[in-house]
Amino acid sequence: MNGTLKRASIACLLMFGLLMVNVNYLGAVKAEDYRTDSRNERAFFARYAVERGWITADDGKTTLAKTVDTGGTFRFEREYPNGRMYAHVLGFFAPESSRGIEAAAGKYLDGTHPDLMFRRAIDFVSNKPAKGASIDLTLVPAAQKVAYDALRASGKRGAVVAMNPKTGAVQVMVSLPTYDPNTLAAPNKATVATAYNKLDADDQDPLLNRSTEKTYPPGSTFKVVTAAEFLEDDPSRNPETQVAAPQVLDLPQTTVGLPNYGGAACGGGQVSLRYALERSCNTPFAKFGMELGWDKMREQAAKFGMGEQIPFTLPVAKSDIGPEEELAALAQLSIGQRNNQMTPLQMLLVAAGIANGGEVMKPYLINKIVGPDGSVLDETEAEPFTEAVSRETADKLKEMMVSVVQAGTAVAAQIPNVSVAGKTGTAEAGDAPAPHAWFIGFAPADDPEVAVCVFIEAGSAGNDATGGGTAAPLARDVMQAVLQAK
Amino acid sequence: MTAAVAESAAVPMTAKRRGAQLAMLGFAVLVVMGAYASVGLGLDGKIPAGMLTYGLGLGGLMVAAYLVLARWAPWADPLLLPLVTLVNGIGLVIIYRIEQSGRPGASSTTQLMWTALGVVMFSATLIVLKDHRALQRLTYTMGFVGIGSLVLPLLPFIGKEINGARIWIGIGDTFTIQPAEFAKLALVVFFAGYLVAKRDVLALAGRRLLFIDLPRVRDLGPVLITWGLSLAVLVLQKDLGSSLLLFGTFIVMLYIATQRTSWVLIGVLLFLGGAILAGQVFDHVTARFEVWLNPEASEFYDRELGGSYQLMQGLFGIGSGGILGTGLGEGHPYLIPLAFSDFIFAAVGEELGLTGLMALLMVYALIVERGLRTAIAARDPFSKLLAGGLSFLLAWQVFIIVGGVTGLIPLTGLVTPFMSAGGSALLANWILIALLVRMSDAARRPPPQAIQDEGLTQVFQR
Repeated sequence: MNGTLKRASIACLLMFGLLMVNVNYLGAVKAEDYRTDSRNERAFFARYAVERGWITADDGKTTLAKTVDTGGTFRFEREYPNGRMYAHVLGFFAPESSRGIEAAAGKYLDGTHPDLMFRRAIDFVSNKPAKGASIDLTLVPAAQKVAYDALRASGKRGAVVAMNPKTGAVQVMVSLPTYDPNTLAAPNKATVATAYNKLDADDQDPLLNRSTEKTYPPGSTFKVVTAAEFLEDDPSRNPETQVAAPQVLDLPQTTVGLPNYGGAACGGGQVSLRYALERSCNTPFAKFGMELGWDKMREQAAKFGMGEQIPFTLPVAKSDIGPEEELAALAQLSIGQRNNQMTPLQMLLVAAGIANGGEVMKPYLINKIVGPDGSVLDETEAEPFTEAVSRETADKLKEMMVSVVQAGTAVAAQIPNVSVAGKTGTAEAGDAPAPHAWFIGFAPADDPEVAVCVFIEAGSAGNDATGGGTAAPLARDVMQAVLQAK
Repeated sequence: MTAAVAESAAVPMTAKRRGAQLAMLGFAVLVVMGAYASVGLGLDGKIPAGMLTYGLGLGGLMVAAYLVLARWAPWADPLLLPLVTLVNGIGLVIIYRIEQSGRPGASSTTQLMWTALGVVMFSATLIVLKDHRALQRLTYTMGFVGIGSLVLPLLPFIGKEINGARIWIGIGDTFTIQPAEFAKLALVVFFAGYLVAKRDVLALAGRRLLFIDLPRVRDLGPVLITWGLSLAVLVLQKDLGSSLLLFGTFIVMLYIATQRTSWVLIGVLLFLGGAILAGQVFDHVTARFEVWLNPEASEFYDRELGGSYQLMQGLFGIGSGGILGTGLGEGHPYLIPLAFSDFIFAAVGEELGLTGLMALLMVYALIVERGLRTAIAARDPFSKLLAGGLSFLLAWQVFIIVGGVTGLIPLTGLVTPFMSAGGSALLANWILIALLVRMSDAARRPPPQAIQDEGLTQVFQR
């Protein structure tokens, strides 16, 4: 019987061998598939097993996003102490997705970035929960609050962005209407999905970051770009150069003419460039555009970053002056209408470039990244983005923009004892009766500390909204807040 | 017979190794206590308050078992008890861990109580059964007890259907047992006794077909009866696992006894026939097969009943554990349905990883190996067949359930020996180990040395 017993033993050995081979196949080959299978809830738990780094502003003095140790199944939960005010910058950390800084700096926050590998290995060996790095933002909380409160008080929709024109550090980024990211950060797929779908279906688009994710016609604020090319085209031109300013400009191949705002006259038909910008006359700038031609206009726009992808911490929609059409279209485009579509961030870069002597700095939100042990892992350094105009042209534009605030359409943006430069815009928004209201500017004009762009969406501030009446006062408050916070 | 004599020389007549056994037993209890502490540290950073009670409880039980073994079976294989202690202890820890996560159904206290009862049964078997050959005289009684136990759950009033399988008997809801677990033991004893008596007849060759000597048609009776019994278990009790376990064990014992490969072929053919038949009659048998072929398909995953949800959850657990596992108390094994019973192997895979699973399989393989070694060293055919049959029963059971949980073969519900929560199986398996211990004691006991130092004389063994 021993012979068959031995054969039976070999059969047992084979059975165990098969089990072992199969277990190895599962544990080593198939493991990754199973681990990452969407039906495997463990991936979801793992998201909350990491002590996610905090998000702060003002050198860590203001907490924007924090991690709370609940000790429960979902150990570390995310909280946004002032969620609504910062929602579009921070984004959210939801069970299955993330957005904003939470997504952009996700690898640092959850500690999976290669820079944090050593630290993670130590945590793994010492059996401590993994800890992520903290992100300190460039935002100025005091100014952010002013922008948020002022924009919200009147129930307006729109965006306010501000940055340091010398470095590109974004100081304010507010978009309204907003949402509470805390509702999307709960560790519960079902409730988060319900909350998200509700926000997503809202026709006011609360999830949209209006400062970067959508483009709008910039209206008269674009005249600064047209003026820039007009000055660059012939260095002998200056603010006092006399330009033709008819009440209505004849457009080629059309029967309708292009009037000034409200059909008003602009001086005596022949005005200085400075005056044309102060009054925001349409006809001179439309005429410049047609005289300069498509190529030069496109080239100047590109020098401000239009038509290109703006490098930024958060996703940015591409701004563009539109495809080449007939000359009449170019006239309308030169005053910021037609297919001219800009993000508020792009228009901020126009103001910032002029403030910085013609050089546009790369905008950024992350000031520094601090490891779990308090060491600084990375600090953003200012980098130039494009060379928009020459220093001379920038100075001429600056001089005219100061006049706009002192004596033109943007008097509401004046700050006592500070010289402010700016330009208003009131843009027709398609067929809607109400216009978009814009303001771009910077202060102090001689040594700019803050550049700002305020955008008020059509229909949210009444049919008679204008850049000067609606957007400029808001911009003044924000600039003042940034200057005071210094 | 000369071959048998030559082989017997290869089986060493070892010493009792009682010290080594005690040390290994202590080591096994320490490993379990360490695992227990690890669960507490993993869950809330503290060593659980009950660790000493548990550890000392398990340790005390095992010392008692050791003392019984040392007194009543001193020559027994020193490895069996420590190995079983280790697996039983790890099972307790996993059940404790699942219980801590608040899942209903898992109770480590109950399992510890059953373990204690298991050790009592182990000791009682060793004390009462001084010579296992007494069982040979009970062959037909055992056969009757085995079949009777299988039938019990089908009777009205005492039979209960739980989770779709009618394999329980009980009084009220509090006390239920699965007589099939004990029936397996009784039937293996019956098979051993019966086959030893009839093996010469069953080995007689009939017609020769190709290379195989077919048995005579009139000798097909016992196989067909066992086949019918297995099918009855499947049909009436909807218990796929036990059915397969019973039939497979019988065929292997038949092969060991008769040395006829043709019986294995006939067995495989009968199994296939039974499987096809069952597949046509029962939807759930076909479903198990389909699910096995493609468990990841969402069609099966989302199916309410008989789908692959359980299997996939188990595989997710094993996959998430990876090579080293998450560590005890650090994973989420409670997401796996029945993680404390049928799927306990997947729970181990998640928290102890591939490493833990390999170690566990190795321990099971060692237990089986010690059993088979006992069979080979045994001196009479009944002991050989009984030890071989019991060892194969254990191996086959591990193969069916672990293979099912890991997707190697279609999933059929069976307990993982010594680990899954459940009293009947634990008691029956402790008795099984007691029988192996008893037989290894007999096999390893030095034969009476009538004549000394006469080089040509050899102890005759068969």
